Amino acid sequence: MGITIQQLSVFLENRAGSMDEVLAVLASNGVNIVALSLADTAEYGMLRMIVSDPVKGRAVLKENGMSANLTDVVALRVPHETGSLSKAMHQIVEGEVNIEYMYAFANGEDASAVLKTDDPARVVDILRGSGFDVWEASEAYVSNINM
Amino acid sequence: MVPANWEERIRDPKIECMSRDEMADLQGKKLVNVVERVYNNVDFYHKKMKELGVEPGDIKRMEDIVKLPFTTKEDLRDNYPFGLLAIPKSEVARVQGTSGTTGKLTLASYSDYDVEVWGECVARCLTMAGLTKDDIIHVCYGYGLFTGGLGADFGARALGAMAIPMSAGNTKRQMMCMEDFGATAIACTPSYALHLAEAMQESGVIDKIKIKAGICGAEPWTEEMRHKIEEIMHINCFDIYGLCEITGPGVAQDCIHHAGLHVNHDHFYPEVLSPGTGDAVAEGELGELVFTTLSKEAMPLLRYRTKDLTSITYETCECGRTTPRISKFKGRTDDMKVIRGVNVFPTQVEEALLGMGGAVAPHYLMIVDRENNMDRLTVMVEVDEELFSDEIRKLDALKNRVGAVLKQALGIAVNVKLVEPKTIERSEGKAKRVIDKRDLV
Repeated sequence: MGITIQQLSVFLENRAGSMDEVLAVLASNGVNIVALSLADTAEYGMLRMIVSDPVKGRAVLKENGMSANLTDVVALRVPHETGSLSKAMHQIVEGEVNIEYMYAFANGEDASAVLKTDDPARVVDILRGSGFDVWEASEAYVSNINM
Repeated sequence: MVPANWEERIRDPKIECMSRDEMADLQGKKLVNVVERVYNNVDFYHKKMKELGVEPGDIKRMEDIVKLPFTTKEDLRDNYPFGLLAIPKSEVARVQGTSGTTGKLTLASYSDYDVEVWGECVARCLTMAGLTKDDIIHVCYGYGLFTGGLGADFGARALGAMAIPMSAGNTKRQMMCMEDFGATAIACTPSYALHLAEAMQESGVIDKIKIKAGICGAEPWTEEMRHKIEEIMHINCFDIYGLCEITGPGVAQDCIHHAGLHVNHDHFYPEVLSPGTGDAVAEGELGELVFTTLSKEAMPLLRYRTKDLTSITYETCECGRTTPRISKFKGRTDDMKVIRGVNVFPTQVEEALLGMGGAVAPHYLMIVDRENNMDRLTVMVEVDEELFSDEIRKLDALKNRVGAVLKQALGIAVNVKLVEPKTIERSEGKAKRVIDKRDLV
């Protein structure tokens, strides 16, 4: 299994209803959203999601005329323990990998942090080498469904 | 309404109030002369006239103008930069330029005499606005290739008035100089005049300013806008018109009666033609404005199609002038827009975007509106799959790059707005590329 997972990223104009349109398309096509982050700028928004079927998600959005693409990200498993995220971050910094952005979601017993970096494979090596685990795609896409 | 204390001044009554017959004689003689010059010295016209089977001998009087070929902006582009010169290049005194429909400028050349005629025409306009040699004219049109700044300057010099060559921008400094130097007239685009007026009102300097007239042109504007500027600044505003190809400002201007723009037709012969057939439309009917330069030495143009839609009247004006008057423009036959005094063609935007080597989709929409009375151009570009990045940094970089490329191509600052794919309307025929929200006509 791959060590990275695929994030579904969608470009949103800053106008009423643009988010709703994206969510409606995913919902009506049976694509479940596991995690979501919305970044906004003065002029547009960026919706980033971990979904049950990213390839299908992208296809149905595209059919509906929306700009969506798939991005390789790392889903770090973070134990619910004070300082664990800090420790993971410290290792990544030591390894000199740059983090573009990050967001978190709850995932059963553990928390989860989605990391976009310039070198996902290396981040996984660093994390695994320092006692952390990452979600594989098969786990991440179904998270929170059958808990 | 003409102000109670208005005193009409006419710089050259002999010409400006000449009877129609006398003027037609004068124009006819000048036409014969200019046709001979272009036929003998400009390959382009020589060829064109041969194609039409017209020789200089066929042109005897003004009415014969209909036998002559048209000239278009495309012809100027094809003969860029000096292909249409009727004098040796060493006799050219200066050049001025404006945007072309694509990357290259539209360039116009002037002899010493051409510059003199230009100044004289602007001086007639300044006189029409009530100004004399005692006036101080604050010019905030841009100086440079653009004809606005230098045209006003040449006019002030011909009039014997004082010119303050401010050029555009920095409103605070403009107001300071206007107050300190005691300017009595301002020459700028109407949108900038309104912007200045409101800025003066806000900072409470209106009463300290001695401005009595505004010479506003280089972009279309409405009567409402004129009233607004006049009310705030307590001045009279005049609509001056010109185009670089013909000479720059000074081709025409309205008088205090604001009943159309008086054309300096001893130098620039106007025709108003049906854009379709090229035949003259009746007096008062809408058509395309076409000019023949009767005095130009360096780059005379025969029947230059301005693509501006107007109507013309030959009735003697209440001001006493017999010069024909053209109405404010009712639009254009093409999709050129005048934004902050700069001519902008959608084709320029398209070319610039395509020149980015596939970095942006060729679908775009230009929106022209006003913010604080200043024209604003927004270009909407679709973010399609190829362009799309999930990193905001990259999208912002793309936006900035598009903005820089467009600014370079158009010569004005552009807001770039990234929009979702397929949000820009695709039409069956010619795509709608420009939305103008300024309500100018």
